[in-house]
Amino acid sequence: MVYFILKRLVQSVFVMLAVAFLAFSLFRFVGDPITQMTGVETSVADQERLREELGLNDPFILQFGRFTSDMLQGDFGFSYRTRQPVAEMIADRIPATLELGVVALLISLLVGIPAGVYTALRPRGIATQAILMTTLVGVSIPTFVIGIMLIFVFGVQLGWLPTFGRGGTVQIGGWESSLFTLEGWRALLLPAITLGVYQLTLTMRLVRAEMMEVMRSDYIRFAMARGVPMRKLHYRHALANTMVPVITIIGLQFGGVIAFSIVTESVFQWPGMGLLFLESIRFVDIPVMGVYLVVIAFFFVLVNLIVDMLYVAIDPRLRIRDVQ
Amino acid sequence: MIAFLKRYEGLWLFVHSPAAMVAALVAVLIMIGAVFAPWIALVNPYDLSSFSLFDGLLPPVWQDGANPKYLLGTDDQGRDMISSILYGARLSLVIGIAALTIAAVLGVGLGLAAGYYGGRFDAIVMRIADVQLALPAILTALLIDGIARGILPAAMQQDLRVAVLTLAIALSLWVNFARTARASTFVQMNKEYVQAAIMMGQRPSRVMFVHILPNILGPLLVIMTVDLASAILLEATLSFLGIGLPADSPSLGTLIRIGMQFLLSGEWWILWIPTLFLVALVVSINILGDFLRDVFNPRLR
Amino acid sequence: MLTIKDLAVKFPSRFGDVTAIADVDMTIKPGEIHGLVGESGAGKSTVGAAVIGLLAAPGYVANGKLSLGDTDLRKLTPEQAHEIRGDRISMIFQDPQTSLNPLMTIEDQLIETIQAHSDVSETAARTRAVDLLEEIGIKNAAERIKAYPHQFSGGMRQRVVIALAICTDPELIIADEPTTALDVAVQSQVLDLIRRLARDRQIAFMLITHDIGVIAQIADRVTVMRNGRVMETGETPQVLGAPTHPYTQALMDAVPPLDHRIARFRVPEEDTAGVVTGNAAEKWLLEGQQYALTGLTLQDICVRFAGPRTSLFRKPEPYVALKDVNLEVRPGSIMGLVGESGSGKSTLAKAITGLITPSSGTMHLGDDILPDGKARSRHHPSRQLVQMVFQDPYSSLNSRHRIGAILTEPLWFYGFVQDAKERERLAAAMLELVGMAPDAVDKYPHQFSGGQRQRIAVARALLARPRFLICDEPTSALDVSIQAEILNLLKDLQAMFGLTILFISHNLAVVRQMADDTAVLRNGVIEEMSATEDLFARPKADYTQKLLALTPVMPREWQSEAVTG
Repeated sequence: MVYFILKRLVQSVFVMLAVAFLAFSLFRFVGDPITQMTGVETSVADQERLREELGLNDPFILQFGRFTSDMLQGDFGFSYRTRQPVAEMIADRIPATLELGVVALLISLLVGIPAGVYTALRPRGIATQAILMTTLVGVSIPTFVIGIMLIFVFGVQLGWLPTFGRGGTVQIGGWESSLFTLEGWRALLLPAITLGVYQLTLTMRLVRAEMMEVMRSDYIRFAMARGVPMRKLHYRHALANTMVPVITIIGLQFGGVIAFSIVTESVFQWPGMGLLFLESIRFVDIPVMGVYLVVIAFFFVLVNLIVDMLYVAIDPRLRIRDVQ
Repeated sequence: MIAFLKRYEGLWLFVHSPAAMVAALVAVLIMIGAVFAPWIALVNPYDLSSFSLFDGLLPPVWQDGANPKYLLGTDDQGRDMISSILYGARLSLVIGIAALTIAAVLGVGLGLAAGYYGGRFDAIVMRIADVQLALPAILTALLIDGIARGILPAAMQQDLRVAVLTLAIALSLWVNFARTARASTFVQMNKEYVQAAIMMGQRPSRVMFVHILPNILGPLLVIMTVDLASAILLEATLSFLGIGLPADSPSLGTLIRIGMQFLLSGEWWILWIPTLFLVALVVSINILGDFLRDVFNPRLR
Repeated sequence: MLTIKDLAVKFPSRFGDVTAIADVDMTIKPGEIHGLVGESGAGKSTVGAAVIGLLAAPGYVANGKLSLGDTDLRKLTPEQAHEIRGDRISMIFQDPQTSLNPLMTIEDQLIETIQAHSDVSETAARTRAVDLLEEIGIKNAAERIKAYPHQFSGGMRQRVVIALAICTDPELIIADEPTTALDVAVQSQVLDLIRRLARDRQIAFMLITHDIGVIAQIADRVTVMRNGRVMETGETPQVLGAPTHPYTQALMDAVPPLDHRIARFRVPEEDTAGVVTGNAAEKWLLEGQQYALTGLTLQDICVRFAGPRTSLFRKPEPYVALKDVNLEVRPGSIMGLVGESGSGKSTLAKAITGLITPSSGTMHLGDDILPDGKARSRHHPSRQLVQMVFQDPYSSLNSRHRIGAILTEPLWFYGFVQDAKERERLAAAMLELVGMAPDAVDKYPHQFSGGQRQRIAVARALLARPRFLICDEPTSALDVSIQAEILNLLKDLQAMFGLTILFISHNLAVVRQMADDTAVLRNGVIEEMSATEDLFARPKADYTQKLLALTPVMPREWQSEAVTG
């Protein structure tokens, strides 16, 4: 079990290193960092001195090593566009994106799992067919269109909810949260639904498929044959066994949630990391792009490590060795 | 007769599934429209001389003030909506199918080889796939686009837009193919017909492509359909974000972005008609994908 | 008491309702073990599922009477039927590996089942569960009950399954192939347990199986089914010893006896399915006998696999699949290799064919050294001289290829025949030789039954002009009557072409019928090797003696007068 966790940890480090390498290559080879940092009036000699100071003439592997160790110490360099430290820029934006992503994920799980269970247990019901058709349309509508439709209906036509920005936020120890005011929640609702709909349909279809698979397994048929009460059969036996593959996919999806928040943030002008990333792409602000990449990969890797630990908690086969 | 139907079970299921048939009809109609756009369309939306500002902002025929020449109305530039949509769908489909082809060739090739050889080669391919997974589709696409902006000179950027966009989408989709092909290949590797072929001393390429590939086409076909939908959605999303195609050669996504300007004014058709069209196309493809999944995995029926 | 009268089950399909079983009559008294025997597709499992009310989705009981004591099972609401399941009728499935919920402890599963049917406290339920486990032979039950299913071995797991089935004191247990997935020793223990439970607790058992030996050993009465109908029913000695129905007679003829050797199996459709002599394929094979009879010698073969890695700092323990195996297959003879699952039989076959590389040892084919898997080039002559017939005819033929393409592949691959038309003709002739219609070349594998596919697989192996044939459990996926046909075919072909055969099987009786010499493999070690008649008549190794003693057989006096040899 310790070995299992360690193995995943090593793999995670590998993924992080690869992404850091990507970010570094981006920084080093897409355009010349020196011309980006200095103005037109800087002399060639000054440029060369700066190049030497920054160590850009050192061997490649040394530069990459320095880049990585700087990152580990929280030094992410400066933005080409605003000349601010990238670390600060990203840190300012993290709360907005994380709150949006987590609320969206919660919506998708709280609706998706029960809907998946229901449609798996009543595969031939009319409600099931309706739900399945709805979700099929759900995955087929681009996120931005869902956003536009929600804005149009609830923002423009009905005027119930705000259509852009975060509304009221509260500072809690440097974390700018919109979860503690009514205004904040009102502003969060539409973007979170927009972001959650796609994940919701995926979660539901996955739970349904896995649940149907489990319901056909021998141990469920055996539990049926010995008259285990239906409620226990569905939840204690079937759903529990469904959870292992489901949490895997949810872990993988979390990366998608954060990535798709780029679209949602753009539609709702939500001041998160995604919006920052879009702006930096438009201005070819390479340092910000690179760091965004690393941060996203970090969240992804972190979530998947947590998923691995959940496995161990759920599945005794990973916890206890065979003693035959 | 019964033997025949059992043999072509997919066909039987198809003619007995109204949803699949309607979806196929819609998808085929749109594709035909897109392919023959230059001959069907009233105006060429890329050619400024073929339309006029005087015809701008005309509503669809069933509303007052419409010009019956433009069935679904015109946009602010005076372009016929139907023409724009047909050309837009053409571009979306070209990019989607091209990206899908690249992704399928790359992904299936790597996945088959990883499943066949296993061991270190498999580990390397799968680690690369892991990294790719940590950077979701839209992020990869945005990133490649950003890199292209940084490297290519401005003049070339416009010319290479379509190529960059295609490559960006292809790179974000190959992992699906690789993982599916690898998993299916693993299953086939334990089948005795593969062992028989290896025992005979057949070349690995023959074992992979002649023996294994035909047996894993089912799941790959499903991925292909679902990913065509994803590719079209991704292209639309990128264009919507203003990173895909420019306004003078609009895809469906670009049309929707242009239409967004009219969200609050009365000209609803400029936004909602292309949107409806895009959704209809993607829904049809996804219904077909679902149908294929059921055919190849009868246990979920 | 269970009473079944005129039972019919139908499955609606888009081609109309398909009748799975019809006119089935059966009664089972308390304490009686009633065997339900038949080949695949006979509908025996459907009878069990209908009784317990768990027919697969669209299937339904169309007709007949089903009652348990005074209860009419067909009149129950779904809720009432669910109450009865476990309480009065329970079930045992084939595979103990998959019958238990992997995420719950044995204790939780037992207590849950007991409490579902009787109003007792958790403590009382636990006490009952522990007592029950002790009773069915799980030592230290109070401790072991806290374990998860994966912590038990296969045989122990099947005991746990049985404990779960009887923990609510049911009147009837439907046991669907309860010992098919188990090894001989464990099978014998489980059968003893079933017999004891029937006698002591007066539980009625419906024992569904394809294994005549199992029926002969423990069933009081037996019902023989075929294609959804009952062929014959009665006391076991009478039905098996003096069958009146032609189908039962044929079935008994096809069962290989363990205690003597017969020259050929008596097969009803012998005339149509036998070997055709004098055709083009036979001539082609005979002119290809450019090599003398070819034997195989293995010296000190060891095969190790990397074990599961459990620690970052320790090297994983290697798993030894084969240890110092010495084997000599005499030219032109059949060597039988017997062993239970996991004994390393298939690993040995893979080492010979080059799919696995041994870690040490040498192999000789005839007088030539046979290089290891990694060292053997793709063009090495042994790739043609050594051919294999696999266990599973459903996976050994590429389902996307035409039979013609499958059969002609060796002809062009080894460069025997250049002309494509000539290859097709030869393939068709070879099909005839193995007892199939030659027009099969234009069909696909899924259009054939398991036995026909195995004939095609044999034809493919022969088209490589092999001198050495490995048959890895060639009949274990087949019904017993088909098995008799394939065994006859292999015997005939061996005699015609002087093939040397390594015949691998877990079935002692089959090996006795086929092999000249026999080797017994256990945990990767050869326990005993000698001439077949000696080994079966006077086994020396303890393990062989145990295997022979525990294999369920029919008493000699029930056996039909087969052609003895």
